[in-house]
Amino acid sequence: MQVLSRHWRKLALAVVLLVALLIPLFIDNQYLLGLIMLAYIWAIAAYGLNVLLGYTGQLTLAHAGFFGIGAYTVGILTVNYGFPFWPSLLLAVVFASVLGFLIGIFALRTQNEYFAIFTLGVGFVIFLVIERWESFTGGSLGLIGVPYPEGLGPIQFEGPEQLYYLILAFLVLTIYVAASIAHSLVGRSFIAIRNSPDLAMAAGINVGRTKQLAFTISTAIAGLSGGLYATYIGFLGPAIVNVPTTFEILLYLLVGGMGSLSGPLIGAFLVTTIFEYFQQFEAYRLVIFGPVVILLIIFFPRGLAGLWGELEARVRRSPEKEAEGREEPSREEVR
Amino acid sequence: MLLKTEGLGITFGGLKAVDAVDFEVERGTVAAIIGPNGAGKSTFFNLVSGFYRPTSGHVTLEDEEITNLPAHRTVRSGMARTFQTTNLFKESSALDNVIVGHRVRTRSNIFDAIFRTPRSRRENRQCRDRAMEALSFVGVDHLADRTVGSLPQEAQKRISIALALATDPKIVLLDEPAAGVNNEETQGLMDLIRKMVEHDYTVCLVEHKMGMIMGLADKIMVLNYGQKIAEGPPEEIQADESVIEAYLGAEEEGEEDA
Repeated sequence: MQVLSRHWRKLALAVVLLVALLIPLFIDNQYLLGLIMLAYIWAIAAYGLNVLLGYTGQLTLAHAGFFGIGAYTVGILTVNYGFPFWPSLLLAVVFASVLGFLIGIFALRTQNEYFAIFTLGVGFVIFLVIERWESFTGGSLGLIGVPYPEGLGPIQFEGPEQLYYLILAFLVLTIYVAASIAHSLVGRSFIAIRNSPDLAMAAGINVGRTKQLAFTISTAIAGLSGGLYATYIGFLGPAIVNVPTTFEILLYLLVGGMGSLSGPLIGAFLVTTIFEYFQQFEAYRLVIFGPVVILLIIFFPRGLAGLWGELEARVRRSPEKEAEGREEPSREEVR
Repeated sequence: MLLKTEGLGITFGGLKAVDAVDFEVERGTVAAIIGPNGAGKSTFFNLVSGFYRPTSGHVTLEDEEITNLPAHRTVRSGMARTFQTTNLFKESSALDNVIVGHRVRTRSNIFDAIFRTPRSRRENRQCRDRAMEALSFVGVDHLADRTVGSLPQEAQKRISIALALATDPKIVLLDEPAAGVNNEETQGLMDLIRKMVEHDYTVCLVEHKMGMIMGLADKIMVLNYGQKIAEGPPEEIQADESVIEAYLGAEEEGEEDA
C-alpha cells in the first residue's frame, strides 16, 4: 500500500515538474508568466519559513527582513557597485544567513510568543534601516535597474522565459534541500523540538543549537528568494521588506500547510493567483480573504496539504481497521 | 556505584525543594523514590537529569561528574528519562516518535542531510533499526506504524520507555510509569521493568503505587519536604516510623494497594 502511494507520489511529482517546464511554451501572456515566477519566488521564501515554523515550531516574524537583506544585497551590489549578478546572489545568501545566525543567538534566548515579538522587532528594524539609510539603499525612492543575470555558458538570460527557468531551477533546488532535510535525522530533531522541547532534550537533542541551525537555514533561504526577487522585479523599494510581507509569506504557509513539503508551493501559488484574481475588488480583497483564512485555520489547521494527507491516511487506514477487529476508537472515529 | 548524588539540592526562592540528598544506585538494580506529593521527587529527577541546575551538591554517573551538564548531555552520558505525563507526539506513528531517540548516538549533520551522504543513509537506517528493537523490547512492535494518539495509555507508556531505551542509556529514570493505568496493566509494566534489569539496564523510579514499589525495588529512598527521611530495602521502609508518620500526614497517598 505504502509502496504504491510512494510510486503515485513520484508520478505526481514528475507530472508537476513537466507542466512547470512546459509552461513558458504555452503561455504567451507575459503578465501571467511573471505572476507564476513571482509565485515561485514567494514559494521559495515560504520554504524558508517552513523550516523554522513548520518543522521546528518557532514563529519568526522577521522573515521579510531577511528576504529584504537578500534583495538589497543583490540590488546594492549590482546597481551601486556594478557587481555581476551571480556573486551578488551568493553574497545575498551568505549575508542573510550570517546575520540570521548572529540575530538567532539573541532571538532564540526567548521562547514562543516572546520569540515572535522579538523577531517582529528585528524585522521592523531591518525595514527601518533600509528605508532610512538613503545614501546606501536609495531610501523610499528605492533602487532602480537591477540587471538580469549574466549568461551562464551557453544559457543567456535575455527575457522572462529564461529567467523563468532560472527561478524554477532554484525552486526545485530549494524543494530538494527541504525534502532532504525533512527526511534526515536533522529534520527529525527539528520536528522533535516542535512537538515537545522537553522530550527533545530528554532524547539528547541540543535544543538551542538545533533551533539556531533551523533559524540560519530559514534566513539563508529567505536571502536566496530575496536575491531572485531583485533580479526578477528590477526595482526595489523598502515596502517589500516591511512586516506585512512577512504575514503574506505566513499566509502562504497557512493556506498550503505548515510542516509539509508541498504546502509552501501550493500556498504561494494559490494565494498569489487568487489575490490577482480578486484584484478587481482592490482593497476589499482582504475583506474577502480574511474570513476565508479564518475558516481555513479552523477547519484545516494543517492547510490544504494537511487535508490531502488526512484523506490519504483515511483511505490507507480503512482496510487495516477491518482486519484488526478489536481496537480502541481513535480520535477521528469519536468525532 | 552507577549513579551517585552527594549533598544534592536546589532552592527556589528560599524554599529548599530538594535539600542535601545523598543517594546511590547500584548497577543492575531498581531504586525507587517515594514520598508525599510535593516532597521533591520529580525535582530530584530534574536535578539528576540536568533539567534543573542544582544550587548545591554533585551528581556522578559511573564516576563521571555530570552535575552541571545540560539535559541533552546527560543523555549522551547514558541517562534517559520519561515524564510523568506522556508527552509523545500524538499525531505521529509510534516508530516516528522513537526513532529520534537514537539521534544522540549518531553524527550526521546538516550537510550530510542536504547531500544525502552514505553516512546520513546509514545512520537513518541505524536509528530506525534501533527504534524497532526498542519497540519490540517493550512489547509494542506490532503497533509501530500506528498513530500514538489512537493507542491506549499503557501502550503510550511503553512507547515512552522505548524512546528512553533508544538512546542506549545506562540508567533509566521513570517518573510515575504506572500513573493512569489499571492494575493488570501495572503488572505488565512491572514485568517490563524486571526485563529491563535482566538486560543490564539500571532503573530508578518515582511511583505512588506502593504495591509496584515494594514488588520491584531493591532499595527505596523516602523524601519529605525535600529531605531524605529514610533509605533502605522495602521491608525496612515499611516498618520505618518516620515514613509512616510522613504518610499519615497525607492520607490520600499510597494506600491504594499497599
